[in-house]
Amino acid sequence: MEPINSIPCLEKAMCKCSEELNAKVKGLNGKRAIVVCGGTGCLANHSEDLEAELKRLVKEYGLEDKVTVNHVGCFGLCSQGPFIKIFPEETLYRAVQVKDAETIVKEDLVGHRIVEDLLYVDPITKMRIAKQEDIPFYKKQVRVALHGCSLINPSLVEEYLGCGGFKGLKRALTELTPQQVIDEVTNSGLRGRGGGGFLTGRKWQFAANVEADQKYIVCNGDEGDPGAFMDCSILEGTPFSVIEGMMIAGYAFGASEGYFYVRAEYPTAVKRLTEAIKDLEEAGILGDHVLGTDFSFRVHLRLGAGAFVCGEETALLNSIEGKRGMPRPRPPFPAVKGLWGKPTCVNNVETLATVPYILREGWEKFASMGTEKSKGTKVFALGGKINNVGLVEVPMGTTLRTLIYDIGGGIPGGKAFKAIQTGGPSGGCLTAADLDTPIDYDALVAKGSMMGSGGAIVMDEDNCMVNVAHFYMNFICDESCGKCTVCRIGTKRLYEMLTDVVEGRGTEQTLEDMKAIASVLKDGALCALGQTAANPILSTMANFPEEYLAHVKDKKCPAHACKKLVSFTIDPEKCKKCSLCARNCPVSAIHGVPGKEPYVIDQSKCIKCGACLSGCRFDAIHKE
Amino acid sequence: MKIKSEVAADVRKICASYANEPSPLMMVLSAIQKKYGYIPLEVQEVVSQEMNIPVAEIYGVVTFYGFFSLNPKGKYVVNVCLGTACYVKNSQTLLDKVCEVLEVKPGETTEDGLFTVDAVRCIGACALAPAMMINGQVYPRLTPAQIPEIIDSYRKKEEA
Repeated sequence: MEPINSIPCLEKAMCKCSEELNAKVKGLNGKRAIVVCGGTGCLANHSEDLEAELKRLVKEYGLEDKVTVNHVGCFGLCSQGPFIKIFPEETLYRAVQVKDAETIVKEDLVGHRIVEDLLYVDPITKMRIAKQEDIPFYKKQVRVALHGCSLINPSLVEEYLGCGGFKGLKRALTELTPQQVIDEVTNSGLRGRGGGGFLTGRKWQFAANVEADQKYIVCNGDEGDPGAFMDCSILEGTPFSVIEGMMIAGYAFGASEGYFYVRAEYPTAVKRLTEAIKDLEEAGILGDHVLGTDFSFRVHLRLGAGAFVCGEETALLNSIEGKRGMPRPRPPFPAVKGLWGKPTCVNNVETLATVPYILREGWEKFASMGTEKSKGTKVFALGGKINNVGLVEVPMGTTLRTLIYDIGGGIPGGKAFKAIQTGGPSGGCLTAADLDTPIDYDALVAKGSMMGSGGAIVMDEDNCMVNVAHFYMNFICDESCGKCTVCRIGTKRLYEMLTDVVEGRGTEQTLEDMKAIASVLKDGALCALGQTAANPILSTMANFPEEYLAHVKDKKCPAHACKKLVSFTIDPEKCKKCSLCARNCPVSAIHGVPGKEPYVIDQSKCIKCGACLSGCRFDAIHKE
Repeated sequence: MKIKSEVAADVRKICASYANEPSPLMMVLSAIQKKYGYIPLEVQEVVSQEMNIPVAEIYGVVTFYGFFSLNPKGKYVVNVCLGTACYVKNSQTLLDKVCEVLEVKPGETTEDGLFTVDAVRCIGACALAPAMMINGQVYPRLTPAQIPEIIDSYRKKEEA
C-alpha cells in the first residue's frame, strides 16, 4: 500500500479502506467473500488445508473473479470448528472438513443453495441456524478487545484500517495531550486484564510522572495459565489493535520503544505479530515521526522460553534482559525502574487491545458497560466440561450462570455442574452457590477466587476437587523459580502433602498443616506466584470440605478420580465369562475360565487403568 | 566432547546476527535451540566467548527455561497436553499410556532416539481436549486406546 506518513494520508486511507471492507462484506464489489477461521483451535483441526482447498476449487470452478478466500481470527465457538463464513449472505458453516469444500463450492457458490448439513444446530430446538447473530452463544457477547476478530484478515493493515483501526491513535495524536490520554483511560475505569486489576491509567500516570531520557512500554503476552487462550487469540486475530494500544500508551507516558514478550508456544500469534510490525513499519505508521508528528515509536518482539513465572512483570523484564526469569523485589516498581533500569509500564495483551476502543469511542461509552468498579468487557477462554468450549467476550457484570449456561450451553452428557475455576493456578473455584455472582474483579475475590486473565475451566461431578488442587500444586511446584525459600520449599511441601491425601496416606492433621503452610506462603513469598500458590487448595478446601475429609478419613475419592483410592471389581452375577477383560488387562491381573468361571481381579496386581471397565459390554465391572 | 568447527562457526554467526540487539542472550539461545534441538555445554562455551558472558550465567539461563535442552531430543517429540482443560478430561491417562507404550518416563527419550515424551502446558487446542501433539500434528479428543496405533504409525514410517 501507499505510505501513510501524515494525518491527511491516514484519513484518506481510512476512508478508502472502510469503503472497501464494507463493499467486501456487503458484496458491493460484485464478489462474494469466504473467510476461514485461522485461530489455533481450528488450525489444529486442519483449517489451513481447508483454506487452500477452497482456493484451489474456486480456481478450478472458474470463480476467481467472483469469490475471494482468506483467513480471519477466532470465531469463538471453538468446539464446533473449523468455521467458514460466506459474505454477503453471512452464512456460517461449522465443523467444515476439507472434504466438505467441494460441496460448499458446488452448492453454495455455484448453486446459491445453503448447505443445510453444515449449519449450526440448536441443541434444544434442533433448528438449523444460518447466521452467526442468531446462535445463542453469540447473543449476550460484546466484542471490544476482540473487535474485528473473525471479520478482518489479520495480515492486512488495510482491513484493520477499514474497521476503525488507528482512529484511536489519530485522536490521541491530533486532539489530545499525553495527559489527556492518560485521563481518558483513567476515566474509562479500565483495569489490568492480566488478572491484577490495577487501574491502567494510574499505572501510566506513575510512569509519566518520572523524568527519564528513555521509557518503555512492554506488552505481556506470556499467557501462562494452562487452558487459557485469550491473548493468543487476540494476537492471532487482531494483532494491529495491540500495537495501536501500545503506541497510544507510548504517547501517553512518553515511551518511544515498545517490547512484546510472547510465549514461544504460540507460533501463529508470533508469525502474525511479526508480519504486522513489518507492515506497519513499511506503511510508515511505526518508526520516526509517526504520521508526520513529533511522536516516534518502535516495536520489538521477544519470545518466552517456557517459564510460567515470566508472566510476573518483574520476572518478565529480567527475561527480556536475557537473564533467568526471576522476580525482582518491589519497590522500586517497574514504572520507576523497569527494563534496563528505565521507567516501564507492563500491560497485558487484552488491556492494550482495549485501549484503541476507549480512544476511538470515548471513555464514556466504555464506562457505560460493566459494574461500578469493573468497567467494559472481559474475554474468557471457556474450557473443560462445557458444551461450547471457546473464546467469549462479555460485559462485566454478566453472571457466571449466563456465562456457563446461556453462552457456554451447559454441561455435556447431562452431568451436574460442580465448579468453575477462574484465575488458573493463582485463582480458586466457584461453586453452584456462586452462579449468580456477577463477573467483577472485587465480587470474584470476595467469593474466594479472582478474575485472573480469563481462563475459566468448568468441572462436573466426575472431577475430584482434591485431585484438581493436586494438579495445580504440581504445576506451581514445577514453575516456582526457586529464588525465595518460602515458595521453593513451601510449594514442594504442599505438593507432597496433597500427594499423601490423594493417595490415601493423609490425615486430618495433614489438612491443618497445609493450611499453616498456605498462610506462610501468602505472607512471605516474594511475588504473586508464591503468594497465590495455595489459593486452589484453600478455595477447594473451603468449598468442598467433605471431599477432603472423605480422602483422609474414609480413604475414598467420592468422584472416583484419584487412582490410588478406587478399586475395580467384577460382579460374578453379571459376568458372562467372555474373557474380554482379561485380554484387555495390560498387567494380567484378571483371572477366570472362559465360559465356565466368572472373572476376578487380583487387587494386588491391578494398576487401576480402567481398561477392563471401558471394554466390558455387560456392565459387570464396577469402580468404587 | 568437542564440537565440530563448522558448528562453532555457525554458533558464532548466530551470536553476531543479534549483536545490535540489547541483551540478546535469550534470542541467541532460542535460535540455537531451534536449529540444533539442544544446547550442550560446549556450545554454551562458544556463546560465552562471543558474548563475553560467563558460562555459569549462560548455564543458569539454559537450565531455567523449559524450552532449552542440554540433551538432544528424539526425532518425534510426543507432547501430551496437561493444560487444565485437557487434564479435567483425563489427559493424564493419555500420558500414562504413551509412557507405557514407549517404556520411558516424561521428559525421556527412547533408546533408539526416535521418540521423546513431554508433558506440556496447554497447546491452545482446548476445544479438542484431551489432545496430544507430535511434531506439530495435533491429535484431537483422544482415548488411551488410540495411543498404540498412533505411535505405531510413526514406527512404520521409519521402517518404510
